[in-house]
Amino acid sequence: MTLAKLKSPHGEEKQLTLPGFEAAEADWRKDYAAQIGQNRKITNRSGIEIAPIYTPKDWSSDQHMADLGFPGQSPYTRGIYPTMHRGRTWTQRQLIGLGTPADYNERVRKILDLGASAISLLPCNSGFRGIDCDEAPLSLLGTCGTVVNTVDHMDQALDHVPLGEISTAMNDPSPFTLFAFLLGVAKRRGVPWTKITGTSNQSDYISHYVANHMFYRLSQPGSRRILVDHVAFCREHVPNWNPVSVVGQHMQQAGATPAETMGFALSTAIQYAEDCMAKGMEPDAILPRFTFFFDISISFFEEIAKFRAGRRIWARIAKDRLGAKDPRSWRFKFHGQTSGVDLTAQQPLNNIARVAVQATAGIFSGLQSMHTDAYDEAITCPTEETARIAVATQNILREEAHLCDVIDPLGGSYYIETLTNQMEEDILKVMDQIETAGGMYAAVGSGLVQTMIGQSALAAQEKIETGVEKVVGVNCYREDDDGVSQPLPYRPDADAMQAHVEAFKTFKKERSQQDVEKAIDDLRRASNNEDLNVFEKVVDAASAGVTHGEIIGTLREELGFGHPLVVA
Amino acid sequence: MQAEQLRVLVTKIGFDGHDRGSRVVAAYLRDAGMEVIYTPPWQQVGAVVSLAIQEDVDVIGISSLATDHLIIPDLMEALRAADLGHVGVVVGGIVPEIECQALRDAGVALIFGPGASREDIVSQVAKLGTDGRKTKLTSGEFAV
Repeated sequence: MTLAKLKSPHGEEKQLTLPGFEAAEADWRKDYAAQIGQNRKITNRSGIEIAPIYTPKDWSSDQHMADLGFPGQSPYTRGIYPTMHRGRTWTQRQLIGLGTPADYNERVRKILDLGASAISLLPCNSGFRGIDCDEAPLSLLGTCGTVVNTVDHMDQALDHVPLGEISTAMNDPSPFTLFAFLLGVAKRRGVPWTKITGTSNQSDYISHYVANHMFYRLSQPGSRRILVDHVAFCREHVPNWNPVSVVGQHMQQAGATPAETMGFALSTAIQYAEDCMAKGMEPDAILPRFTFFFDISISFFEEIAKFRAGRRIWARIAKDRLGAKDPRSWRFKFHGQTSGVDLTAQQPLNNIARVAVQATAGIFSGLQSMHTDAYDEAITCPTEETARIAVATQNILREEAHLCDVIDPLGGSYYIETLTNQMEEDILKVMDQIETAGGMYAAVGSGLVQTMIGQSALAAQEKIETGVEKVVGVNCYREDDDGVSQPLPYRPDADAMQAHVEAFKTFKKERSQQDVEKAIDDLRRASNNEDLNVFEKVVDAASAGVTHGEIIGTLREELGFGHPLVVA
Repeated sequence: MQAEQLRVLVTKIGFDGHDRGSRVVAAYLRDAGMEVIYTPPWQQVGAVVSLAIQEDVDVIGISSLATDHLIIPDLMEALRAADLGHVGVVVGGIVPEIECQALRDAGVALIFGPGASREDIVSQVAKLGTDGRKTKLTSGEFAV
């Protein structure tokens, strides 16, 4: 019997007892070398060299308990729950945001009628800039999101939507005005806040400073303070709400490799957890409500390895570094969005195939919630028809392709396990770099992260320009006329938008100015007193009729605005 | 007249902040020997005009990924009002086909969509800048 030496990525050598293995492998090597011709080097997006074959020499089932275990158990590689998608499939959470609150309401009720239990709300980009609709060019209002500036607007947007029964995710950066409006509506309708479920998407202010500047609207120190207050407020008053969503997506969209992205996101999560703990919160009181949000690129195996490695690392961080004892704190809950960066404006229908591959990677990674991009992503905000196909893609993968029948179906694959270990190593290297720089908050302040992302973006584009990385319809298989006409872009009705703006102006005139002034004063006072909770005053201000732009304007005066550090 | 380095302002107007594309394009133009003036996102129309004057640019590149191209006609008007008609304006990013014509009518010289190659971007921007400079030098006060 031939014994092959096996060196695991963890360093220990093991004996491989497979009769005939060495001879067969040597034969294959010979045949492969003779027939392959030029053996070009292949690397994945994270820069890991990919071999033509993986065998028990790379990973063997002897490592099963150390590397895999079982779902819902340490080291959590295979999933955070014992039942995973067998018990409950992922939440289908399509992003929706358009026009006036009435336009949004019409679209969201259609989705609820189709059986959705979760909704999302994307506000107008003017909201991300921290201004109200009466300060923005009319032509831009509502083109990419819904114009929601007050509790009244939120009430209209969620008309007939049963707040206590559905989960709501909102793109709602610090100071979380949309969430404050939602709580105002709940109070108005007599729905207890304990029944409100959902997630503050875009609570990750570091990612806005670094990558997706669209959501940046308050200084870093100000956002840092408010996030901690927001977590404390939710813990006490809205316990079923997820106040923190750590966003790796922005970094990857901006160019970070999958390994860098996971490293940045985990380092960010450590920063937020430690900030909360410094304010006296126990890890087990906050970590079960931490969530993550990632891009799923078309680099299929790499993405699966990225998520499996990330899940393993987070469980270890939560337990060993942060000291969490409750297993719920160790769970790496994540939402995945199929990556728009991989989609093309050329031959747009091809994007349906790309999204299906990305979504499959997400499902095999064991995600908890997913958004699939519409095929017109590289052209416009999705139309109803293209959004329908995106949802149908998820349904087909679940119902027809049966992708949910087996938990972690690629677990035990020599390739996937080797790659998961390699990705883990690379992710940890990135995290070490961040740690050496003083943690994520300091690392983005010095521009380290921005520089890394910029370099990776250039390197990725270089691969496309030189044809090393092929993009169908862009640098190969091009057709001058693909015979597909572009879907018409969504543009809100200008008259309806004008009326919405006029009604807003009237509202501002007619509200109780005394209540508004008092609420703004309280907000100012809390901003300047560390013993008070700023977010609590944001909630109070919203209910007193203070608008989105006024809340943010006040906080900018007290806590600063500044600019993100852009490293070009 | 000695050929001087072309000066290009790369910026974003409106509300969006996605800047992967503008950063990559800025690097390409710089590598091709142009002087790139790069700004953070969310510039207002007036600020772009001021910068164009202060920096004496030959070309303005606007990156738009989330409908901010809809206010580019306002920028074109402001540039003309400031006697900057010789400055070529290029738009890159996501502009639906149906809205391209309105931009061209407003005076936008070039529109690059997703997938545009470095070669095309660099060569066409260089030509636009060189042509614009000739116009500027032969028209009125700048003539030598």
